[in-house]
Amino acid sequence: MPARSDHSRDIDIEFRGVSRHYGEIRAVDGIDLSVPKGTFFSFLGPSGCGKTTSLRMIAGFEQPTAGDVLIEGSSVVGTPPHRRPVNMVFQHYALFPHLNVFDNIAYGLRQRAPRPARAEITRRVGETLDLVRLGGFESRRVWELSGGQQQRVALARALINKPTVLLLDEPMAALDRKLRRDMQIELQTLQRDVGITFVLVTHDQEEALSMSDSICIMRHGRIVQAGGARELYDEPVNRYVADFVGKSNFLDGTVADTGASGAVLRLADGRTIAGRYTSTATPLAREAKACIAVRPELVSITAAQKPAGGMAVNAPARVKNRIYLGEQTEYLVAAEGLGDILAMASKTSELASGGFSPGDEVVIGWPESAALVLAEE
Amino acid sequence: MRLYAAAIYLFLYGPIALIVVFSFNAGRHAASFECCGTSWYGRTFNNQFLLEALYTSLLVAGTTAILATIMGTMAALALQRVRGPLRVVYDAMTYIAIIIPGIVIGIATLVALVTAFDAINPLLAALWPGGAKAAPQLGLGYASVIAAHTLFTMALVIVIVRARIQGMDRSLIEASADLYATPWRTFRQVTLPQIFPAVMAGFLLSFTFSFDDFIIAFFVAGSKTTLPIYIFSSIRRGITPETNVIATLVLGVSLTLLISAQLLMRRRAGAAGSN
Repeated sequence: MPARSDHSRDIDIEFRGVSRHYGEIRAVDGIDLSVPKGTFFSFLGPSGCGKTTSLRMIAGFEQPTAGDVLIEGSSVVGTPPHRRPVNMVFQHYALFPHLNVFDNIAYGLRQRAPRPARAEITRRVGETLDLVRLGGFESRRVWELSGGQQQRVALARALINKPTVLLLDEPMAALDRKLRRDMQIELQTLQRDVGITFVLVTHDQEEALSMSDSICIMRHGRIVQAGGARELYDEPVNRYVADFVGKSNFLDGTVADTGASGAVLRLADGRTIAGRYTSTATPLAREAKACIAVRPELVSITAAQKPAGGMAVNAPARVKNRIYLGEQTEYLVAAEGLGDILAMASKTSELASGGFSPGDEVVIGWPESAALVLAEE
Repeated sequence: MRLYAAAIYLFLYGPIALIVVFSFNAGRHAASFECCGTSWYGRTFNNQFLLEALYTSLLVAGTTAILATIMGTMAALALQRVRGPLRVVYDAMTYIAIIIPGIVIGIATLVALVTAFDAINPLLAALWPGGAKAAPQLGLGYASVIAAHTLFTMALVIVIVRARIQGMDRSLIEASADLYATPWRTFRQVTLPQIFPAVMAGFLLSFTFSFDDFIIAFFVAGSKTTLPIYIFSSIRRGITPETNVIATLVLGVSLTLLISAQLLMRRRAGAAGSN
């Protein structure tokens, strides 16, 4: 193996131009990324975007057809899974049905040479079970456990080996909503406590945003954008990211005028709307197809008689639908010349305005900073 | 309709039941039935020729079952990795081995073995260090019956074990590899426990098939006499209650093994359903 270079000491996982092609199908197509030690990293994307293939290349179940995968600075291309310092929590846990909880968790330790002493194994299994709050479950059969408990066993079975990187393949997919929230918080706490690098694969943007230090959004085997949750949400690189992460209103048009920090778009009906470029986007050319994206929580909704001040855009609209979500209220309004617009009203603004009902005449608007000019791709 | 069904079952199982009943004949002749005694069982177990045939059958069936199980399981595991048109070819060949009538396998094996022996024996005689006289002569016997039976029963084992492997969660094997187990340890600690009921079922079915087979053994056994061959030849000398006793015993052994195999396969299904 090549000697590790100095700068890579703090990088646990590195992809250099990694591709995985199956004949004509490009599951992963030339991606570069690096995961710093001790961080929570997520691959996010719809099914078939290459996120699972990427994870399986770290685990060693797939080999790249081009490029290099490095773990702690050393290339692992060609290294079989059982010789890699990573452990995985499988989507459906893959607990061994013929073994009890203790033997499942001790499995990894028992494969080590030299094998740890019996007392040592017992002690570490006990410790790890306590870590995942399953103390006393040693002799249970795995199929007697609930989904959440099985997931904890799968976590314990991986964590007991103190891997360099813990891989998680859609670990929440089989849990119900409430349990999923709990496990997300628990997983995040656990990651900070043990300090191991976590790499998560998920199609659930909320899950990725809430847990990860850094997220890599994939599509068609390529990375669309990588960054922190806030960057992805506030500074999307293109329409795809803005659409995939959170909700957005999109207004299609062509670039009428462009500057260094923003552009003016001409919509289909000739109306022009100004917006800013995100920090990750490259400025567009005149007459290029583009769109304006506005987050619903940045759309103000006020009664027709008293439009909000300081808005770059003000448009009369009629309320079509109202969904009460508890912490906020979601309005779908038909705005003149803009089509259907989604607006989120916070509890405080609802109390101030008194709320609206379907059919009410309102005015919607947003400040120029809320309108993002995004390329289609 | 019910009457027909009853008649069919009577036609199928009546004679078998009759044999079992007749094996408890207390009289001296097969033709006249006197109830009831086990004296013929005693005589049967004192028949030297019969015991020898039984020994031959057990040896052949046991060896066949072991070989067929090991090779069939290995083949099933290997076939799992074969993809595409090649897999179809192998699958077809496996099923053909089961479908081909025993008599064809018998003749084919006989011809193949005899041809091979004719080619090898002179070669052995010429090359043997101790001279042509000391050279071993290959011929029909235990080995040829075992070879023919293994050929056929291996296909059975492949089909049974393959079904189990296909029902197995592949991620278990990945999980084992991920937890540092070498491929061999993964096989021993995960794959084998998972497919074991199917392997056992394959073993029992192979044993039963080999133990009961007459046609193939008749062609390739040479001077050896298996139990079915012994029964066949003794019938030609006339049916005695002894024949009934042997038939009953063979029936008992076969049924026990078949039921065990069935139970194992059902347990396999149950275990698969519970995870």
